[in-house]
Amino acid sequence: MLLEAGGVERTAAADRPRGRRAQWADWLGSQVFILPNFLGFLTFTLLPVLASLCLSFVKWDVVRPVNTAQFVGLGNFKHLLGFHLENGLIVANDTEFWYYVYNTLFLMLGIPVSIFSSLFLALVMNQRLRGIVFYRAVFFLPTVCPAIAVCLLWQWIYNGEWGLLNQALAPVYNFVNSLFGTHWRPPQWLTNPQTAKPAFILLGLWAGIGGYNCILYLAGLQQIPQELYEAADLDGANWWHKLRHVTWPMLSPTTFFIAIMSVIHGFQGGFTTAYIMTQGGPAGATTTIVYYIYNQGFRYFHMGYAASIAWVLFVVVFVATLINWKYGGRRVTYL
Amino acid sequence: MRELVRFLERREEARRPRTRASAIAALVTYVLLSLGGFTMLIPLAWMVSTSLKLPGAVFTIPPEWIPRRQVRQFVLGEERPIFEVYINGRLRRVALLEHKRDLSRVVPVDEVFRRKRGDGAGEGKLEINEFVVKRKELKPVKEIHLEWSNYYKAWTAVEIDHYLINFQLGKRHIRWLHITHGFVMFYINSVLVAVVVTFGQVFTSSLAGYAFARLNFPARDKIFLGYLATMMIPYTVIMIPNFILMRSLRLIDTYWALMLPPLFSAYGTFMLRQFFMGIPQELEDAARIDGCSKFGVYLNVILPLSKPALATLATFTFIGSWNSFMWPLIVTNRPEMKTLPIGIAHFQGLYNTEWTLLMAASVIVIAPVILVFVFNQRFFQQGIHLAGLGGR
Repeated sequence: MLLEAGGVERTAAADRPRGRRAQWADWLGSQVFILPNFLGFLTFTLLPVLASLCLSFVKWDVVRPVNTAQFVGLGNFKHLLGFHLENGLIVANDTEFWYYVYNTLFLMLGIPVSIFSSLFLALVMNQRLRGIVFYRAVFFLPTVCPAIAVCLLWQWIYNGEWGLLNQALAPVYNFVNSLFGTHWRPPQWLTNPQTAKPAFILLGLWAGIGGYNCILYLAGLQQIPQELYEAADLDGANWWHKLRHVTWPMLSPTTFFIAIMSVIHGFQGGFTTAYIMTQGGPAGATTTIVYYIYNQGFRYFHMGYAASIAWVLFVVVFVATLINWKYGGRRVTYL
Repeated sequence: MRELVRFLERREEARRPRTRASAIAALVTYVLLSLGGFTMLIPLAWMVSTSLKLPGAVFTIPPEWIPRRQVRQFVLGEERPIFEVYINGRLRRVALLEHKRDLSRVVPVDEVFRRKRGDGAGEGKLEINEFVVKRKELKPVKEIHLEWSNYYKAWTAVEIDHYLINFQLGKRHIRWLHITHGFVMFYINSVLVAVVVTFGQVFTSSLAGYAFARLNFPARDKIFLGYLATMMIPYTVIMIPNFILMRSLRLIDTYWALMLPPLFSAYGTFMLRQFFMGIPQELEDAARIDGCSKFGVYLNVILPLSKPALATLATFTFIGSWNSFMWPLIVTNRPEMKTLPIGIAHFQGLYNTEWTLLMAASVIVIAPVILVFVFNQRFFQQGIHLAGLGGR
């Protein structure tokens, strides 16, 4: 997909021998097309990337004038990633950051579950049946809903006393309690550090199961040649064999792509949900890396430090993608 | 020959009546999908249901799906709550007069009405059969009641105290405050930003996409690779300098800050370029020979042929803009500049436990997206294929 960009497609106009002046006119003409977008791209994407790299070597309180900015070299990164000895123990300089990294990784545990459930859903929906379009729309619905509405809704569902989830769980708990004489109660989902992250994962599952991943799988399924299944039938394969030895290998490029995208998004995720539902709490249990960047930059105004975290995040995403390409790519079957 | 055999086989297969096994498979599929779809819709149904309840009605066990409230009737000069209770072994509707510890004085409703009609028997006397029953035996009589005013309340909600204190506004101003500083304004902002960003992004992306697909200029493919490479960069990296830029240009709390950065999209450019590459070159050449300029080709050949792609990008952009949270959050402080999601997040802080209002606000923000989705459903699936993300 990426390499396709390298292939130059010649236009008929370019093949004609032409004068220098005409070439200039050509160049000018194309600038009209490219400039509006390119200037915006330059101003709001390319230069900011470089600017944030520069910013990550600087200590600057954004509410103060620019000339108070201080060049600190690798100081930000040293504080962020470094360790020091304290009473003979190795302690991170920024212990909070590592906790938030742990949180982010914990929330990414939902990714495999999400991928497999999307695959399952796609397998079920990949049939020519009447009304299947309706089901696809229903499962896709949460993907288009604004995060603010989804988060408010789930905050209400997770409400410890009156929330729908705990009301549904109450009979189960009552039954178990009456059986064993215990006094267990349904968890206070969002106010308990232990259950807040699983609650987020569950919400992510609901929101993502029928989303982009599922549609990608559906597209992948429709590209598998029917002949392979016919051949498998001749060999007397049952549905499990077909799934294991035809569908799964043929879908591996899709799975691979989805896995990469999910990991990229996973590292960058969790801001809106946490901001609306828990404000990063309880006790920082739902603060992710991106939320930490927001806090550092826009709550404490440590712009330089925020930029350095953002760059560390970038490197992590980049490395994760590279590892995926290198090792995940080997298992992918291309036709 | 083999092809023919296969063709005949397939036709035979299609003609064969549905076997029992396939019917069972279809049934299982429907059952599975319906169960799954049901689980998907339950939270949304819960949202709508809560948004139509009276404030107290959300705190009921077990939860009620259809909003109801207790019937009240005008009985003996006052509006009184109506209950059902067994009196002398007969279930009767009664109006509550008063509670006294764990006992209650009630009067059967039917008797009161009989007297009112004045059907002779008890005329002239003011003797009504009162009963004293146990309080916990009373069962409230309920009727379906949709509290639409929640939507009005959410719509007109505004942080009045804040304005009274900070801007010393008088009562005269408050009347318009919910329009200029409340939900109406959030809505206007959201629509305005979404529309401008959608049109702008489709316009700039289609121009650039055409240039990358068909025009020749120095370093074309290198620039394009640059576009692609930036798609992988986390948004937070770009966001910080963009905020500083907006701040130093004094554009915080303006439409410029809300609209400008999202106007240019590498993703949209990439997607449209992929689509334009698929349009036959011959069509373009023919137009060029007929004397069409480059811009003419773009306008009269490329754009009309790529309506589905443009519509797809527009749909995606509109929904993305409508749902976007982080950027509007950091570039707006004043309520009159907030977009709907940010406004609601702010509103959430004020009405922390008023779930009926919060759910009504959620319905308000979800409704346009669902409309766009229902009408443009096919573009979503197309878009994912178009972006060349077909899993290859």
